[in-house]
Amino acid sequence: MTMLLDLITGYWWDARDLSNMTRPLYEFLRDQGVSDAGIFVISALLGTLAIISFVGAVAIINIWVERRVVGRMQSRLGPNRLGPFGLLQPIADAIKLMQKEVLQPASAPGWIYTVAPIAFTVPGIAILAVIPWGRNMVLANLDVGLLYILGLSSLAVLSVFMAGYSSNNKYSLFGAMRVIAMLVSYEIPIVAGLLGIVLFAGSMNLQEIVLFQEEHWAFMIMLQPLAFLIYFFSISAELNRTPADIAEAESEIVGGYHTEYSGMKFGLFYAAELINAVAVSAIIATLFLGGWWTYKLDEFIPGWMLLIGKIYGVYFIFVWTRGTLPRFRIDQLLAFAWKWLTPMALINVIVVAAEVLLWNETGWSDWFWIPAIIAINTALCVGLIVFFVKVFAPKFQRFPTRPRFYPGIDVPSLPAVTPPDFARKGGPA
Amino acid sequence: MIEDNGIVIAFWILSATTIACALMTAAVRELVQAVLFLALTFVGAAGIYICLSADFVAVAQILIYAGAVSVLMTFAVMLTPAADRHNSETIFQAPALVLSGLLLAVIVFVVLDTDWAISDAGAFQTTAASLGEAFLKPYVVPFEVASVLLMVAMIGAIVLTRELEEDDDA
Repeated sequence: MTMLLDLITGYWWDARDLSNMTRPLYEFLRDQGVSDAGIFVISALLGTLAIISFVGAVAIINIWVERRVVGRMQSRLGPNRLGPFGLLQPIADAIKLMQKEVLQPASAPGWIYTVAPIAFTVPGIAILAVIPWGRNMVLANLDVGLLYILGLSSLAVLSVFMAGYSSNNKYSLFGAMRVIAMLVSYEIPIVAGLLGIVLFAGSMNLQEIVLFQEEHWAFMIMLQPLAFLIYFFSISAELNRTPADIAEAESEIVGGYHTEYSGMKFGLFYAAELINAVAVSAIIATLFLGGWWTYKLDEFIPGWMLLIGKIYGVYFIFVWTRGTLPRFRIDQLLAFAWKWLTPMALINVIVVAAEVLLWNETGWSDWFWIPAIIAINTALCVGLIVFFVKVFAPKFQRFPTRPRFYPGIDVPSLPAVTPPDFARKGGPA
Repeated sequence: MIEDNGIVIAFWILSATTIACALMTAAVRELVQAVLFLALTFVGAAGIYICLSADFVAVAQILIYAGAVSVLMTFAVMLTPAADRHNSETIFQAPALVLSGLLLAVIVFVVLDTDWAISDAGAFQTTAASLGEAFLKPYVVPFEVASVLLMVAMIGAIVLTRELEEDDDA
């Protein structure tokens, strides 16, 4: 096995790290007398090309993945007519979208209406630039990578607002207002949740965070299970995916911010939603699931393949929540952010800060601290969730007699319902 | 060659974009469009910070100003009854022009009066870490004062907007 590894290590056919494949190109360019800056520009263009090709492929494939998986979860077949297993369906959809006429309301101010779908697509692509795909495979090794991701994802929400406002339509504006209210609420748990990771890794550089997980032989999800849950719930709200897709909620406000969009402008929104989901999956895979590093496995399997596998694992959970959970109401979503996720995230940050301080001050070995921190934080995660559910959750009523959320309104009580037998006998509650 | 000229070209493009967007912020007749141009101005300023290799400040600028502040501004604009799509001319135009003219005069005076020294120091390596050290070691008092100020502002906002339930009952 080691002989086999020696045979490929460092050569251009060593696909475990694609930077090996580009090294001959760089050496050729340097021999040709191209300056360092020229090589830098060429490598940046190559990396950008790779990211954009990945994004394009993902946007086409994930339409099929999402529809098939959701279909399977809802006991239907999903698209299965065009090509084997319906694989050509997204291409047919794309051709149809491009042929459709792009309608624009006469009362919509032109440039905002046109810029909005483009501005919505860009951040999702730009986020992928800082994701490390291998030990030497980072397009932009930013020291503030995590903040860069947070900043870009807040820009995407502004473009949703632009779309909703410029459509000049009540339902679109409802969607836009909901997005803004949701962003203002969910930004806080996201940032406070990710702060725990930054405290552990001591850096906001995504590559450093992956290397921290490699050095300490533990995925961040083990050290920070609560932060993972908080980030997952909050980001699915920011992504507008179904448990929290109140911004487009087609059964309440038609299509929310993209009600008035048609043709390829709508297609961009649709594609950008999938791209954002993949970008967020990539962030979760990198921050919480070790990125390209996987317990020695990355010595045999290319790290970028492992990362893509993890991305699709996380993406499957996103599709799963979309396929199974009903939509929240807006007051439920905002209350969840402010009353549940924010205090949990703040408690988590305080605990992590104490742990990191003790870890640095006592000087005991990592072999004591890593299992201890895993045990403490898992207990904290379970304990906090149980505590919040016991104390703050509204009591479950199988047969409610009055509307729960507006106690002041005088409503005649509902007629008494005879509970079925299983409820009277104290069956499943 | 690119090492020297690239940054200059980037600086001029970013400056031109930022100033154009700032002018448009004042010129457009629709409040929401003005806020969007303001967000673009913030992004342009972030680009100038990147040219100065202050990456932490640049990203914080995008996160706080282009992301959060402009979103809050749009929120405020949407809640304002007078935020019509076609804002007519107001009587405040003349005083605003005078005030901004005075501000411009002050800034131009400062720019002309300052003795601009060019530093030889190279780029910072990790700006986030050095900023954190600076905040928590030599400048800890201003940092804490700023956080107390923000706390006071937050409590003040809560007090101002709170509904007086006790008065209704009494």
